[in-house]
Amino acid sequence: MRKAAAAALALLVVALAAACGSAEKSSSPSGTTTTSSSCAKDSLNLVSTDKLTIGTDNPAFPPWYGGSPGHGWKVSDPYSGKGYESAVAYALAKELGFAKGEVTWKFTPFNNSFAPGKKAFDFDINQISFTPDRAKVVDFSDSYYDVAQSVVVNKGTPIASVTTVAGLEPYELGAQLGTTSYQLIQNEIKPSKKPSVFPSNAGAVQALKNKQIDGLVVDLPTAFYVTAVQVPNSKVLGQFPAEPGGEHFGLVFQKGNSLVACVNKALGTLRSNGTLKQLDQQWLAKATGAPILK
Amino acid sequence: MASEGDRRPDLEVEARRSRLLGGLSLEAEGARGVAIALISTAVFLTVVIVAISQSPGWPEVHRVFFSWDDIRSTFPDIARAFVLNVKIFLVCEVFILVFALVIAVLRSLPGPVFFPLRALAIIYTDLARGIPTILVIALLGFGAPALQLQGVPTSRVFWAGVGLVLIYSGYVAEVYRAGIESVHPSQDAAARSLGLSRFQALRFVILPQAVRRVIPPLLNDFIGLQKDTALVGTLGVIDAFNQAQIDANSTFTFGSYLAAAVLFVAITIPLARFTDVLIARDRRRRQASGVFA
Repeated sequence: MRKAAAAALALLVVALAAACGSAEKSSSPSGTTTTSSSCAKDSLNLVSTDKLTIGTDNPAFPPWYGGSPGHGWKVSDPYSGKGYESAVAYALAKELGFAKGEVTWKFTPFNNSFAPGKKAFDFDINQISFTPDRAKVVDFSDSYYDVAQSVVVNKGTPIASVTTVAGLEPYELGAQLGTTSYQLIQNEIKPSKKPSVFPSNAGAVQALKNKQIDGLVVDLPTAFYVTAVQVPNSKVLGQFPAEPGGEHFGLVFQKGNSLVACVNKALGTLRSNGTLKQLDQQWLAKATGAPILK
Repeated sequence: MASEGDRRPDLEVEARRSRLLGGLSLEAEGARGVAIALISTAVFLTVVIVAISQSPGWPEVHRVFFSWDDIRSTFPDIARAFVLNVKIFLVCEVFILVFALVIAVLRSLPGPVFFPLRALAIIYTDLARGIPTILVIALLGFGAPALQLQGVPTSRVFWAGVGLVLIYSGYVAEVYRAGIESVHPSQDAAARSLGLSRFQALRFVILPQAVRRVIPPLLNDFIGLQKDTALVGTLGVIDAFNQAQIDANSTFTFGSYLAAAVLFVAITIPLARFTDVLIARDRRRRQASGVFA
């Protein structure tokens, strides 16, 4: 009897191993491949017809989103058209031919924006940095914001007098999960104390308040929001020198979605006619002027 | 207890085997049984594998979840981070064993005088088992240091450990209590009539029997504890799961989750088998010593 069980078990293991190895199938793009060269509104590849469905996380934070909480969103409301990402999204929608009422926002936690399977949004706009690795799994649009990383610290603590990247080395730093800020800590600062990574903005902010971490690495516009609203008596220590090529935020699409080309075209128009620049100045103007860490 | 003694060990073993192989207990049917088990397993696997690998989303799922390069490249970092999980597990376990025993003993104290202590123990176990662990850890880890009291540690690992000890002591106290209550009252009466004090009777007669009986369910809770150490990640501390999330978020693939799962399983499965061995050994022992086991 025991032999039978052992043999069956062995068979199971072998078969599973085979299943794992043999599955290198042709990875056909899962989106519909309608090669629509035209970007007319009714020929766009959309999740729900005649509506532009946009994903972002909840809560939506300034300066990326503005207005008062509503439509189920906390802190800010993507439907408000206020805040940089909301404003860019509506400008894009207009460029693609959608009226304000034809835009639906879909609550999309960061992890869901890249989880495999059919996406519930046409694109996701959630301060997601482009990286080549990520681009293997989802499609990114061109940049809608070129971002700099920065450090927020409590005033009057030892780290507050640091002026160089190397000077950050002995401190305990934190970042939010899913941000490229963590990679920056690991690759550029290489701190001697193990960094922290927080699953939520609330956790990261509380840890900084409690001085459980010395500094929080976030993108510069968020840093100014943290110092102005979330952590009293804190300051932006400085921003990191731009890497060659720079870091940018892109809209996230289902891999192979034909919509990307049309959105990129619209983004190009918004860039060349100065709309992006104007929205940047309107919503992120405060996010400049932090000293650069050498 | 007496009824345990009637059962013959060889029948026990036979019964166990037949559960595994669906009622094939006669040696004469052995060869046929092997054949049937093999064919059945092969058919079952073929159906499962074909169904999964033919599904429209499989190429994507395979690439995102089962990329071997992904698993291999993230494994070393996650394994290093996993050391923290094991440390938390080992330290918490010691405190839980002691603290839970105290609660269980308080709850088992007889007589109206001890009512307040019993009530406290009951309220404690109700709350500890009722509140989600993740909430307790977040409340302690971010809340306690926010008090800014002199001498209160700000270490998040410390507070996560406190949270785990508080929660798991609730479960383990109930396991102990079940053990204590399973010892027949005559044992206590006999011990007291021999002149042992109430404490001595508890210490030398009741608890040794009670604890031995509940070792399997105790280990069960520790397997759960081992998995729940991953909750320290909610405080921003980089443990195996948090490291896996970092890797997943940097590539948008989930191979790192599998790597973390393998590490957890590498600890919990041996623990589970060890539990089985203990159960079997306990059963043999009781059968060997007959009626008074």
